Amino acid sequence: MVEKFDVIVVGAGPSGNSAALRLAQAGLSVLQLERGETSGSKNVQGAILYADALEKLIPDFREDAPLERHIIEQRMWVLDDDSYIGSHYRSDAFNKQPYNRYTMIRSQFDKWFSERVQKAGALVICETTVTNLLLDNQRVIGVQTDRQGGEIYADAVILADGVNSLLAKKAGFHPELQPKDVALAVKEIHFLPQELIEQRFNVKDDEGVVIEMVGKITKGMMGTGFLYTNRESVTIGVGCMLSDFKKQNTTPYALLEQMKAHPAIQPLIQGGEMKEYTAHLIPEGGYNAMPDLYGDGWMIVGDAGMFVNAVHREGSNLAMTTGMHAADTLIELRKEGKEFSKTNLKRYQSKLDESFVMKDLKKYKDMPDVFHTNPQFFNDYPEMLSKAARTMLTVDGVDKKTKEKEIRHDFRRRRSLFGLVGDAFKLWRAFE
Amino acid sequence: MSVVVKVEEKLFQNRYKVDSGRPHISIIEEDKCRNACQSHACTVCCPAGCWTMEGNGNVTVISDGCLECGTCRIICDEHHNVSWEYPRGGYGILFKFG
Repeated sequence: MVEKFDVIVVGAGPSGNSAALRLAQAGLSVLQLERGETSGSKNVQGAILYADALEKLIPDFREDAPLERHIIEQRMWVLDDDSYIGSHYRSDAFNKQPYNRYTMIRSQFDKWFSERVQKAGALVICETTVTNLLLDNQRVIGVQTDRQGGEIYADAVILADGVNSLLAKKAGFHPELQPKDVALAVKEIHFLPQELIEQRFNVKDDEGVVIEMVGKITKGMMGTGFLYTNRESVTIGVGCMLSDFKKQNTTPYALLEQMKAHPAIQPLIQGGEMKEYTAHLIPEGGYNAMPDLYGDGWMIVGDAGMFVNAVHREGSNLAMTTGMHAADTLIELRKEGKEFSKTNLKRYQSKLDESFVMKDLKKYKDMPDVFHTNPQFFNDYPEMLSKAARTMLTVDGVDKKTKEKEIRHDFRRRRSLFGLVGDAFKLWRAFE
Repeated sequence: MSVVVKVEEKLFQNRYKVDSGRPHISIIEEDKCRNACQSHACTVCCPAGCWTMEGNGNVTVISDGCLECGTCRIICDEHHNVSWEYPRGGYGILFKFG
């Protein structure tokens, strides 16, 4: 007997789970394949959950989803070797239900999400790696798995197989990723008593803090660091473009160790017990680096389709939204009695174009290039800002006008007036 | 400021189910690593330290501690000399927290 489903979803991260849930809820027969022992056991994220995208799929998620803390304060730090200059935004508005952002622990969250998918009626099979797509000419007709007799057929396959996107690459749908289009992030989770976290970060109950960091912690590479508060742990990590790691011959875990030892960061994690070290690639190439997103019998969702807004550190919400739109496309076509052909699946692209997903990705399409070609944003400016702040804040008998002159002189010496104006212009154009 | 880091101590905290005798990453042509490649970026940038530059100039990979990120494959963009598959279902890194 040949096994055949309406849809096979490859991967059980946020994009795959969103697609599978939606399809199963609409009554389509869904097989979801996951290579980990459970949904989540192969997945890595910071992790911030943006409520809006999940709410559209599971309106009552707050009732039983494993959430850590809701974010009431966002800190942005620009770090020098021994200082940081930064801005903090904290508001009690973020303390009003329904909360907008949460920290979470990915493996727990994904497991919960997967239970919802199974309850909706999808068949979820774990510990099964999909090794190839089954093709009839250019049409995807199913998948080959690493189980015996592991050929399974479907009218459509949704590729939610993550950043490496091996299946679409093997099928010739897109080329290999470029080092300039992916960031490598390494991260640790440190456990600390709940009260200690609340004291250190000036929060109570389930309130949480996010710290996003740029500057010399990335040694001039294009990248950022982060520290998120969970209930009884903090996650701390740093990520930079893979092309920069290669160019600078830098070892990622050494970079993380140096960041952890920074005098502004070390006291926040002191005494914690490190219980896991993870690494993950983040597809940050943006709009210009996106692959084809659909074809005859297939669609790409989530990280596999490079759906990450690197500027705003958003990814899981794009993953969920793309999974939802891919599913909705199939549900509509099935209702209309139309086949899952490339021509008909163009509707997926239209749905994305109309949503925040493509609008945001298009808006920041030039951002990766600006930062790739202008490393001063990650090296010179942090030092210049730190020195300026230190000069102004040190009371030493020098008058303030002379201090301002000194700062201006330093800025011009390091970047020239044209350089400064040019940098401002580049940033404005890229953010516009 | 330099910090000495042993990645083994970090990986020790992680949970793995190693597929003994069936490595999911391998070098396609060992000669290329030895003679054609100048950077040996894999030996520096792999976040799990799976890649080693031996004293005799050979590059070796032991994927037991692999975090399955894909760095080594993508960073080998001049020579495309890394054969990289996901481990068999259920094997490899099993993230406790992720």
